[in-house]
Amino acid sequence: MTALLPVLILLTSLVPAVITFFLDQESHLLRNALSLGGAVLKVALIVVMLFAVAGGAAYETTIPLAPGLVLLLRIDALALLFVSLSATLWLLTTIYAIAYFGTQPELSRFFGFFSLCVAATTGIALSGSLISFFIFFELLTLSTWPLVAHKQDEASLKAARSYLLYALPCSAALLWAIVWLESATGPVLFTEPPDLDGLDPMSLRAIFALFILGFGMKAAIVPLHGWLPAAMAAPAPVSALLHAVAVVKAGAFGVIRVIYDVFGAARVAELGVGIPLAVLASATIIWGSLRALQQHDIKKRLAFSTVSQVSYIVLGAALAGPYGMIGGLAHLVHQGLMKITLFFCAGIYDVRAGVRSIAGLNGLGPRMPWTSTCFSLGALGMIGLPPMAGFVSKIYLGIGGLESGAPWVLAVLAASTLLNAAYFLPLLYRLWFLEPSPDATGDENAPALVVPAVIATLGALGAGVLAASAVSPLGWATLIAERGDIR
Amino acid sequence: MSALVTLLVLPLAGAIAAIALPSPVGRTAALAAIAATTGAAIVLMATVAFQGMPRLEMGGWTPPLGIVLVADGLSVALIVMTALVMASAGLAARHAFAPGTAGERAAFGFWPLMLLLWSALNVVFLSRDLFNLYVGIELLSLAAIGLVAIDGKATALAAAMRYMIFALAGSLLYLAGVVLIHAAHGTLDIDLIATRTAAAPDGLALALMTAGLMAKTALFPFHVWLPPAHAGAPAPASAMLSGLVPKASFAILLRLWFDTMPDRASDGALTLIALLGTAAVIWGSLGALAQVRLKLIVAYSTVAQIGYLFLVFPLAGGASAGVPWAAGAWTGAVFLALSHGLAKAAMFLAVGHWMAVAGSDRLSDLRGLAQLMPMTAFAFALSAVTLVGLPPSGGFTGKYLVMTAAFASGQWAWALVMGGGGLLAAAYLYRPMAVLFARGAQAGAAPPSRARQAVPLLLASASVALGIASAGPFDLLAIGRPLAAEEGL
Repeated sequence: MTALLPVLILLTSLVPAVITFFLDQESHLLRNALSLGGAVLKVALIVVMLFAVAGGAAYETTIPLAPGLVLLLRIDALALLFVSLSATLWLLTTIYAIAYFGTQPELSRFFGFFSLCVAATTGIALSGSLISFFIFFELLTLSTWPLVAHKQDEASLKAARSYLLYALPCSAALLWAIVWLESATGPVLFTEPPDLDGLDPMSLRAIFALFILGFGMKAAIVPLHGWLPAAMAAPAPVSALLHAVAVVKAGAFGVIRVIYDVFGAARVAELGVGIPLAVLASATIIWGSLRALQQHDIKKRLAFSTVSQVSYIVLGAALAGPYGMIGGLAHLVHQGLMKITLFFCAGIYDVRAGVRSIAGLNGLGPRMPWTSTCFSLGALGMIGLPPMAGFVSKIYLGIGGLESGAPWVLAVLAASTLLNAAYFLPLLYRLWFLEPSPDATGDENAPALVVPAVIATLGALGAGVLAASAVSPLGWATLIAERGDIR
Repeated sequence: MSALVTLLVLPLAGAIAAIALPSPVGRTAALAAIAATTGAAIVLMATVAFQGMPRLEMGGWTPPLGIVLVADGLSVALIVMTALVMASAGLAARHAFAPGTAGERAAFGFWPLMLLLWSALNVVFLSRDLFNLYVGIELLSLAAIGLVAIDGKATALAAAMRYMIFALAGSLLYLAGVVLIHAAHGTLDIDLIATRTAAAPDGLALALMTAGLMAKTALFPFHVWLPPAHAGAPAPASAMLSGLVPKASFAILLRLWFDTMPDRASDGALTLIALLGTAAVIWGSLGALAQVRLKLIVAYSTVAQIGYLFLVFPLAGGASAGVPWAAGAWTGAVFLALSHGLAKAAMFLAVGHWMAVAGSDRLSDLRGLAQLMPMTAFAFALSAVTLVGLPPSGGFTGKYLVMTAAFASGQWAWALVMGGGGLLAAAYLYRPMAVLFARGAQAGAAPPSRARQAVPLLLASASVALGIASAGPFDLLAIGRPLAAEEGL
């Protein structure tokens, strides 16, 4: 039974995905029941396992493919951190998406790929070997494409094309890296350190660079970030999926796996590749913020903000020290909670008030108080105002920078905070302090849209306020670091 | 009756019945033969997997006097893939060549030609005698040419003519090589030749046979006949021509270079073969990018995909044969051949459905068809995943095995071709996908029933399943291999 648990968790989204594809467009009830049922079941299974893993248990399932191609699903503390984030946010996003789409056409296709996407993300989280990771990583790429293209208009198709244009060459680089590495070391399992002595340092550096190229595209590291702002043409639930639940997170998670479980922090330092990556991540943090300042569309500003924020995770991983790692891991969760709040709210402004541009936010605060409060709290969290979750991440990343002998990280964090404030505060000012335009309309009588946003906000708030407790993301990240699940 | 003989005789009997019996009965006989042969193929696979390789000495004569048929792992893998494609093409043809919908001549000619083609394929996969193989590929080419010309249109006849010139030239070259071998060694049995003492004309004989088989496989630069022939035939015929026919001559090449005369594999020759494969990948992909008709895109894609198969020669042959990953490369190439067969057949059958609805295969006329026929669109997408080589699919497993061998033996340039070819495939397959998924005018004709749409989807799923459940086929392919493939990684 315990050996099957990883597979069961995967099936909670794979089975609904497959069935949904064959449903008629009109069977709304059955489809919604499948999506919600799978999401609830998955959260329940994960809660059960959280307690077991906190007590030291690990679950493992191996499915042999051809020799050398081992599909290994494994649940350890790190896997669980990511999978519990994506499962919780998936549940929220499913509720939100059902309300968002109502009875629009092509929903069976949408929810089918939506579930497939989450199945792929779950697979990525649970992968115990490089090749399993790659298989699910590519499944994610493919299942996201129809979601980005969902509206099937010119802009969506263009965004979807741009997504593949970035994704496929980078996945070729990733496969190249994996095959190069494994042809020298044999199959790489995350639990056993591969023997890298068979490769000379230059080859190892090249392999590391190929890995970063492969994962960096999904993590939207500059200059591989162009697809992410373009993808805001997709519906709001898809944006939530891209920015918080699945795609960019998968990229960041891949960077973490490669640094800690494939190369090992010590080897990364020895090869001298950690600091260049940290510099690249810092450049992305600043560049994303600068570009966000120039946007006039809410979702586009949020998208550039993601470019900037996801690199916090990469930065934490690249510093390759305990504090940086804890900060990066915690930010994986924090950023997800805050960014999904912001995208939920942006979607509500769009469908309930017809507002997409920043100028349209004037005076919406009093008219849509719940949405606007959530949006404001999410934005303040992104800036890093205590006691929101973003503050905790920044503290740990700063200490991590000092610890790894890179004090300039503090300057990057400070500059980023100022820039975050510069592009988020004007929005809050418009929401609460400016007079609405006379013809403005808008209400928030859509509990299925608002409640997920409120829950996500409470999560982001709780992650910050309760950071010291063992059940917070920070507490869990500390557990991972202390236990040495990551080397 | 031995299962081996069943596989040769059943389709042949079906072909004769389809000609001799009056129209509705003949058709039923052909369909019955298809079902029976498919069953026999699966039985044979089970036999090989669980009981070992059946061997039949025809008329009781042992080589060098007689001819022997053997089913090893490679044979049954190809035979089962052929059966799946044939059965699907047969299901599609029930409607495409229903009395009244197609021309009288096409409706009459399709079934015997198809069954003859099948019989010839099985001969090639089972024979262990160079002359018997010649008979097989000759019969194969004739049936294939007939299928290309079946519509009777002027363009189809021209394409068939061009095909015939290449096919006959190829046969002649192959036959010349066979004659040299017979003159030097007095036997044509593959296993006996493998144990011969080398003779002077061996190199020339191998070169002649290889050139002939390359022409029949449509390897660059002998590929020019393929796109018009495969794109001009009716969809069920194209599925067989593109998915199956090139695999027959490729299988003979595998046997020649790895089983019959591995000692003659010089590094220069192996590199040259792989370079031709590389050129095919690039040229076929660029050709596919330039087309505006979907069937031509799919046909050019076959030129490119055939190129991949030839990368195996320097990776598993010659000096590389001793490397532990060589067996993996060989298996990887067969995985690529199998998954390409299934996926390409699925693609042609899907395109056939769309042409029936839209009346043409121009990309501009296919706009928005995914909405009308989501199942076929999904089948096309799954096939594209296999052809690009993305996980989890048979194409990925093959690609991974070949790439690993390339890195392990230090010949990383071939891995670059593999990776770059995948990107090119993504580029040329993206165009039709984007058109299908765009919002657009809906065509007038009613879409085919869900059951008929399911046929290409099943084929495409099989090509993906080959990757998900790759351990079984991997072990099957190792049966009868002198260099057991158990090493892998």
